[in-house]
Amino acid sequence: MTPSKTMTFSRRSFLKSSALASGGILIGFNLFNACKPDAKVPVDISQLNFNDFNAFIKISDEGKVTIFSPNPEIGQGVKTSMPMLIAEELDVAWDDVYVEQGVLDTNNYTRQVAGGSQSIRFSWEPLRQTGATAKQMLVNAAAAKWGVDASECTAKLGVITNANGDTLGYGDVVKDAAGMEVPENVSLKDPKDFTIIGKATGNVDIDKIITGKPLFGLDYKEEGMVYASVLRPPAFGQVLDTFDASAAKALPGVIDVIVIGEKARKFLDKGFISWTSVISGTDKVVVVAKTTWDAIKGKKAIKATWKNDTPLESTENHDKILFDLLDGDKFDTQRSDGDVKKAFAQADKVIERTYEAPFLPHNCMEPMNFFANVTPEKVHLVGPIQTPEETAKVAAALLDRELEDIEVEMTRMGGGFGRRLYCDFVIEAAEISNAINKPVKMISTREDDMGTGVYRPSTKYRIAASIKDGKLTGYHLKEACVNGNMYGLIPNFFPAAAVENYKVDTTNYKSNITTGAWRAPYTNFLASAEQTFFDELAEEMGVDRIQLHLDLLENVKNNPDPKIEYSPERLQGVIKLAVEKSNWGKSEAGVYQGFSVYYCHNSHVAEVADIVMDNGTPTVKKVTCVVDCGIVVNPMGALNQVKGGVIDGIGHTMYSDFGFNNGIPLSKNFDTYQLIRMGQTPKVDVHFIENELAPTGLGEPTLPPVGAAVANAIYKATGKRLTKQPYMSNMNVGEKVIG
Amino acid sequence: MPTFNLKINNETHTVEADMDTPLLWVLRDQIDLVGTKFGCGIGQCGACTVHVDGNAMRSCLLQVSQAEGMNITTIEGLSEDGTHPVQEAWKEIDVPQCGYCQSGQIMTASAFLSKNPNPSDSQIRNAMHGNICRCASYNSIEEAVKVAADKLS
Repeated sequence: MTPSKTMTFSRRSFLKSSALASGGILIGFNLFNACKPDAKVPVDISQLNFNDFNAFIKISDEGKVTIFSPNPEIGQGVKTSMPMLIAEELDVAWDDVYVEQGVLDTNNYTRQVAGGSQSIRFSWEPLRQTGATAKQMLVNAAAAKWGVDASECTAKLGVITNANGDTLGYGDVVKDAAGMEVPENVSLKDPKDFTIIGKATGNVDIDKIITGKPLFGLDYKEEGMVYASVLRPPAFGQVLDTFDASAAKALPGVIDVIVIGEKARKFLDKGFISWTSVISGTDKVVVVAKTTWDAIKGKKAIKATWKNDTPLESTENHDKILFDLLDGDKFDTQRSDGDVKKAFAQADKVIERTYEAPFLPHNCMEPMNFFANVTPEKVHLVGPIQTPEETAKVAAALLDRELEDIEVEMTRMGGGFGRRLYCDFVIEAAEISNAINKPVKMISTREDDMGTGVYRPSTKYRIAASIKDGKLTGYHLKEACVNGNMYGLIPNFFPAAAVENYKVDTTNYKSNITTGAWRAPYTNFLASAEQTFFDELAEEMGVDRIQLHLDLLENVKNNPDPKIEYSPERLQGVIKLAVEKSNWGKSEAGVYQGFSVYYCHNSHVAEVADIVMDNGTPTVKKVTCVVDCGIVVNPMGALNQVKGGVIDGIGHTMYSDFGFNNGIPLSKNFDTYQLIRMGQTPKVDVHFIENELAPTGLGEPTLPPVGAAVANAIYKATGKRLTKQPYMSNMNVGEKVIG
Repeated sequence: MPTFNLKINNETHTVEADMDTPLLWVLRDQIDLVGTKFGCGIGQCGACTVHVDGNAMRSCLLQVSQAEGMNITTIEGLSEDGTHPVQEAWKEIDVPQCGYCQSGQIMTASAFLSKNPNPSDSQIRNAMHGNICRCASYNSIEEAVKVAADKLS
């Protein structure tokens, strides 16, 4: 368990202040690498200098607080919740706090951050330390003014009080505070005394969103900006052969038609630059136009031919290849305890099942787009990207420029789900601007976005378990996946350490189809497979499904293992509360319940799906979701995250289907691709475990378990075990739905 | 290029555009009303929903030549200061996650409620079924439409 105790930081090195000419104080601090997906805690902040600061707190003479946060917003609420941590310890009224998107300047502040499920977990201590340090500076300034010891003063809601009862507002002492030394060893509040953390707080951008103010990448404009639409190969494996742009050039709104790709190829020749650069080396035809519509129309008028560069792949082949891999014996072993082979040989019964999931596009509602202005002086890039620092590195390599020349600004993002970790579209925009010497906005259509994506890879799991004397004695999971495999500590997730003989093997097939992270990478399907398997396993063992989990988790308590991140106690906690809150086993006639529990992204989640059958088609009516994510910083945002994750998970496990035929994506828009809609949406009943443990991720962990909760409920209704996603297309449990 | 006079949010705008240009792109690129969003371009997602003579319509499917003479309202013109009951309900429930689809959701909901201020639960779900929210804020959207209906009645 991670207690929420204070870590020791040297604050002098990570926070500095200066007086503002306009009045007030500006406190600079660093949001660290902390919020990067691959961040490690603790960050070595002693190595930072003033140039590493990328976030600021401004306190005006009137005591109003503005927090400039460079942290971009993908939709998971960090633009609200992270400033809440600062404001809590600074001890100001939330109504007096303004949050502004910080100006991003890679010349001076190279450590830009992007949110993810880990943002709150990693920023929990540092941001509270920052707020507490700023508060102590103000208290010290007031104490000096009064000529008393700072320890005799207290501060609350922006007012400092001394032993005599004299008071000074924060605004009254900001000038003095600006000149003072940064204090060491400030203390943090006891979670019991929180007044902002834990309070339902609305999204800081809400007024702009509901009135349609420019916020997103697609909304960004500059004087003289032109629009570009990129014609990419229609199939993975193809490259441009010939093209005829005469019809496009004849259109009144089309400015030019150019070809890009040369710089991308040179970039690729340099070798590995960054994991974010999923760049294709093919030539692409670019229509540059006065408006977006002119660019889209111009692109339709291009007559291009394509040639095959590498083999064109189809879903049918992938299925066969992945099955062959599972049947074979070439695996990388990710974890092995005891002797699975022996356990299986000695078993009374062995059950084995295979689970399948398709490729999936991210389908952010805001299609990929980026602004680029490449000039001899600098490279200015603006738009929705989660990895600005990596993107700057890639842009510098692509354009053969110094890293100092690259400036990346982040806008609010119309969804991420992993897609905006990759900077292919930024690089295209940069290459276009470089070629035409103009500021340009590259805009993808939905067809471009869905048809030339970075997909969740198609994956198959084969799970086998051995039963001896009514006990689970062995568990063997094999993963066959396109392009990558489970990483990090995933092989050590439950039921690792719960079963004496346990093994996880992985294997993969290298495809020319671009794949990458998709909301809750790997676990988004692994949880479905395992928790569907456990349902069947419990039935085969003749034991209660819930009790089986509780008992297995008891084993973990007696089996300490440094690689086990999950807490058996916390998993048992969410299971028990989910049973209670869902009326498990006591549902009314015609309602079928399915259970699932999972740990990922440092949070523990149990879910129960209630389904009904309408004319042979299952509908999810309700999902009870119990989450242990430590302290809930912003219950309002947290509820949104949990409900969104659950419904997103149902949509993608039940309805969303995707694949390829000769390298061509089977769907390119929402007329043939189903995203879950209002009418298919259950009510999500959310319960948080109350504790005072440090907060953990919420953007991802509620999605993975829900697929199994639904599958297990459908089994109860139909007697069919669902092993292939999406269920509605593959499992004969109702009509495939579009729309 | 032909010229069109468009009545948008009670103001007349004269724009030059190809006849087949979707109203969506005229709004976004030429009139700087970027609150109306591009999501699919084929009328499937609802992100570009505006009011045309009081009816919710997909601005990606409405050509600029067809829009002449009609009363067009975008999210920017739904209220002067963000206080339309639907906008207030969206704020009260704190509906948005990424927020990108929400102007389309609000425009669909406000046109629906103006015709049916006391909807049943299933009428709300049917009315909002055409608007995709990729963050899946559907529970909150449903709740906010109910709150807005209460404010209107």
